[in-house]
Amino acid sequence: MLAMLQSLGRKALDFFQRLGRGHILLLRILAGSHTLLARFDLVIKQIFSVGVLSLLIILVSGLFVGMVLGLQGYNTLVDFGAEESLGVVVSLSLVRELGPVVSALLFAGRAGSALTAEIGLMKATEQLSAMEMMAVDPVRRVLAPRFWAGVISMPLLAAIFSAVGVIGGYFVGVGLLGVDDGAYWSQMQANVDFYSDILNGVLKSFVFGIVVTWIAIFEGNDALPTSEGVSRATTRTVVHSSLAVLGLDFILTALMFGS
Amino acid sequence: MTSRMTEIWVGLFVAAGMVALFMLAMQVSNLSTYSNADGFDVIARFDDASGLKVRSPVTMAGVRIGRVKAIRFDDQTFEAVVTLRLGKSHTTLPEDTSASIYTAGLLGEKYVGLEPGAGSNHCEDQALEAELEGGTSNPADCKGNGASNVLHEGSHITLTQSSMVLEKLIGQFVSKFLSDSKVGNKK
Repeated sequence: MLAMLQSLGRKALDFFQRLGRGHILLLRILAGSHTLLARFDLVIKQIFSVGVLSLLIILVSGLFVGMVLGLQGYNTLVDFGAEESLGVVVSLSLVRELGPVVSALLFAGRAGSALTAEIGLMKATEQLSAMEMMAVDPVRRVLAPRFWAGVISMPLLAAIFSAVGVIGGYFVGVGLLGVDDGAYWSQMQANVDFYSDILNGVLKSFVFGIVVTWIAIFEGNDALPTSEGVSRATTRTVVHSSLAVLGLDFILTALMFGS
Repeated sequence: MTSRMTEIWVGLFVAAGMVALFMLAMQVSNLSTYSNADGFDVIARFDDASGLKVRSPVTMAGVRIGRVKAIRFDDQTFEAVVTLRLGKSHTTLPEDTSASIYTAGLLGEKYVGLEPGAGSNHCEDQALEAELEGGTSNPADCKGNGASNVLHEGSHITLTQSSMVLEKLIGQFVSKFLSDSKVGNKK
């Protein structure tokens, strides 16, 4: 009985300690970011490995998600004789939800896991300690560029995802299923609002970018410096950031589109 | 990968992201067709504005010339006060223009339809007169003539027709039907 209580208490303490370490790390990254203005090439290098290398998966899945939306939306709408609204269905669901959420999930799988593994291995091979020995702050030199690269890349990736998805829906809806070309775009323009739909979608992806990158960097920095520790940290990154994205998405949606 | 190639790729990536955002703004959303800045507001009071929403279209002759800017409730008269924002080029609408709330299609969205009143055809009259006299009419004259009694910023549309509520219509029909059948029974 007492042992059970003790293990419960230890788990709770562990959890709060990790939460605290995560926040301290985030604060240190934010506090150490001003030096990046002088060395922006570090961020650019990271944007390449985080953003550019994620482009392929984002483009392909965006296209296919849009095509599936076009197909499914058409099949439902045609029953009501409202297939002209296909553009609205595709664009609203992409811009508001699927664009930010699916690209954040893909981003967690593609870039977040890589970040964790890289930082975890740096820690396991004591590169980070070596930097500290040379009076180079690894938070500023290693973590901060990766954090900002993720935060910058995520909204861009989500925008690309949504745009490619709308084009995919256009291919299927107008090209294959014979929805009117003009109706597809005009209904979309009549019903999608720039501020309340598109900018809120961008805001969502920005928040997801912060959360996913933060979790990835924290898990990497907090990993046990062994092969097993790194592998577990990588798994945790993907699981935790996916859950965080889905949970936050509900909260953000309720705040943005609730009333 | 040289650092130059990296930078080029990142530049391409950022440019692609910007293009995607621009496409979403211009092609997908209404940013290109709607801006709040230019135009003027007129106010119309309806007994019933159900189904009308902010940003619903305002049309004349089936062409969109503005949007609903605000809908609020007047505590004194128990009416819906609807502010319509019309495009700034539509300055020749006569003051006795009437506003009605219509439904696009059977179950579609509600919109405000404007119809010019009797005072509107002074332009046509002038044109006819000019033609009868053998000359040609100048639209600019016409604009100048009507300037005193056209809709302008803050003017009220007095002739309004409320939106049609399906339940009310059915209710009226049913009660009429019932009363008719009762009368028929008595006879």
